[in-house]
Amino acid sequence: MITAVLALGILSALFGLLLGYSAIRFRVEGDPVANQINAILPQTQCGQCGFAGCRPYAEAIAAGEADINQCPPGGEAGIRALADLLGRDFKPLNAEHGEHKEKMVAVIDEQVCIGCTLCIQACPVDAILGAAKHMHTVIEAECTGCELCIPPCPVDCIDMVPLQQDVSTWKWPSPDESKNAQQNA
Amino acid sequence: MGNKTRQLHRFHGGLHLPENKAQSSGSPIRALPTPKRLTIPLAQHIGTAADVVVKVGEHVLKGQMIARAHGYVSVPIHASSSGTVVEIADHLIPHPSGLSAACIIIETDGNDTAVADTLSADYTQLDPSELRNRIRQAGIVGLGGAGFPSFIKLNPGPNRPIATLLINGAECEPYITCDDRLMRERAQAVVDGAVILKYAVSAAECVIAIEDNKPEAAQALRDAIEQCHATDFSVVVVPTLYPTGGEKQLIKIVTGREVPSQGLPADVGVICHNPGTAAAVHHAFALGEPLISRIVTVTGAGVREPGNVDVRVGTPMADVIAACGGYTDAAHRLLMGGPMMGFALGSDAAPVIKTTNCLLVAGREELPLPQAPLPCIRCGACVDVCPANLLPQQLYWHVHAKDFDKVQDYSLFDCIECGCCAYVCPSHLPLVQYYRFAKTEIWNQEREREKADIARQRHEYRIFRLDREKNERAARLKQKQAALKSNKGNGDADQDPKKAAIQAALERAKAKKASVNIPPKNTDNLTEAQQQAITSADERRRNRGPAIATRPEDT
Repeated sequence: MITAVLALGILSALFGLLLGYSAIRFRVEGDPVANQINAILPQTQCGQCGFAGCRPYAEAIAAGEADINQCPPGGEAGIRALADLLGRDFKPLNAEHGEHKEKMVAVIDEQVCIGCTLCIQACPVDAILGAAKHMHTVIEAECTGCELCIPPCPVDCIDMVPLQQDVSTWKWPSPDESKNAQQNA
Repeated sequence: MGNKTRQLHRFHGGLHLPENKAQSSGSPIRALPTPKRLTIPLAQHIGTAADVVVKVGEHVLKGQMIARAHGYVSVPIHASSSGTVVEIADHLIPHPSGLSAACIIIETDGNDTAVADTLSADYTQLDPSELRNRIRQAGIVGLGGAGFPSFIKLNPGPNRPIATLLINGAECEPYITCDDRLMRERAQAVVDGAVILKYAVSAAECVIAIEDNKPEAAQALRDAIEQCHATDFSVVVVPTLYPTGGEKQLIKIVTGREVPSQGLPADVGVICHNPGTAAAVHHAFALGEPLISRIVTVTGAGVREPGNVDVRVGTPMADVIAACGGYTDAAHRLLMGGPMMGFALGSDAAPVIKTTNCLLVAGREELPLPQAPLPCIRCGACVDVCPANLLPQQLYWHVHAKDFDKVQDYSLFDCIECGCCAYVCPSHLPLVQYYRFAKTEIWNQEREREKADIARQRHEYRIFRLDREKNERAARLKQKQAALKSNKGNGDADQDPKKAAIQAALERAKAKKASVNIPPKNTDNLTEAQQQAITSADERRRNRGPAIATRPEDT
């Protein structure tokens, strides 16, 4: 009886130590699931999901506090990828958070800009170049189209324009969609 | 040579299609006059567009480089004739999107003056890398239709010895006869070019493969080989079957080896070039002329005089069709390329580019518009004909469900878009459209992923920067507070740094004023009242004390 208790006690102590050691030795930085989710999110940092950027949203999904269909820029493909990763069912985009739009970029009307720097402070990816009382401009290649620069502008000089499509970014249309378009027409 | 029998193999699937080659193959190649206006796109090849090196208003000569290669996968673009650059702007290009892209517009002067020759050379005196560079400088790309820069193919790397240079004269697609006519009429140029290509890759042998529906071309090439005593050359006649002209399919037929999935022909010791490309190489080395013209088949029920024409790159398609007698009443659709792999063009305003092998003006009955698709009945006919050994039906289902990972598991990128599956589909499903859509969608997603990665890095760096700035501000504040505290601890009020700083500034200002000794301005012709005001002001100042007495005469 005592031997059994002793043996089990020693074993549990050993395994406890082993587990404790490996918890420290093989510690994973950050939340791996949140990282994987963050890698799928489009990184526009627009906050339409209700969180302050893509990473906080990813962490909320990982913690089960947010649903996977709250990201309008990611669109259907993004939701599909998230559903795939998390083993959940696909569900359509939650309309409360906005709708999937074509890719846009911000353009500053440089004649109107007064150089207040408010948009620079709002830009989550530092894609606006300028200084106080100097003209600002958007670095098109870095702009994610999050629209966060628009509300702070005191003179309404920022417009969202659709990204110009060129031959290298052009996509063949899906036969399914063109079929639907024909039927609707 | 030629009479050596060779064991031929066969690839999976394939189709016997109505050839429709007789319409255009009967008459010799006609050279088209240089048009008044050339529209030369900067991107006529796979890879990055070339960079413009001329200015509007500049006079250019035939063969002069007008755009420089940008990056590795790129080739320069040359002026097709002499004239003046009148515009550099976006114009309609032949592309399935119907979009415009950057073009150089040249108004030709009709003299066709050629630029000084820097290309021609005795290839045997050049080392392979210099040879490749010249082929690149000549702007040569694969003329079979894909337009891949040829010099890259010629550089398989040291680990992949090339046994066979394969000249792909199969020309399996219906209607197209430009390679057939080229091989018949300019066989010597093709063989001479192939000799250079063979030398460039040190291939053991050169095989010119031709489908058995082109006996004249095969004979012309045999004669040309005989005439120039080219060693280790052979002409192999292969059975006519679509798509024998596919690179991987032809390699399988001739060598029996299969190019691995996602691999290159060089992996199995083969390099494949189009006869047009070989002829262009010959032109560059023998005549010093870069790639500024090509042979185009103009055919179909919609054109009056079908045939093959030698066209300068940049000639508007409308001019080419007009030179072939213009449209007939039956003209319905304009395609660039053949009926299987070509794409419809919305307008004939686009120019002929390096990859325009065929302009097919199809009649209404000749190439009817696709019928409304019906549901897939899983008959498997597509699987039987797929020359790439894929499962077209599975691909279709997964693209339909937008499951792009699964599509790639089924080797979507090994699809050569030959169109056999869609041709046999009893439900008229536009299968190739699905695969093309999936490919461009996957590329687009990859591009977006890369952009998202950059955005994430920038966002994370911004957070880090804001955090750092906050910490720095906090640290500065702390330092100041600490300094203040330590001063108060001394209890010395005179040592207050702020007061000391003000005192120092005052002293500096005083010293400066004193040293400059500025005389009072506008003191001539003063009225009595003004003089009095000045005196009283001076009085007041003097009474206030010496610290701020500033007038020079007071000190």
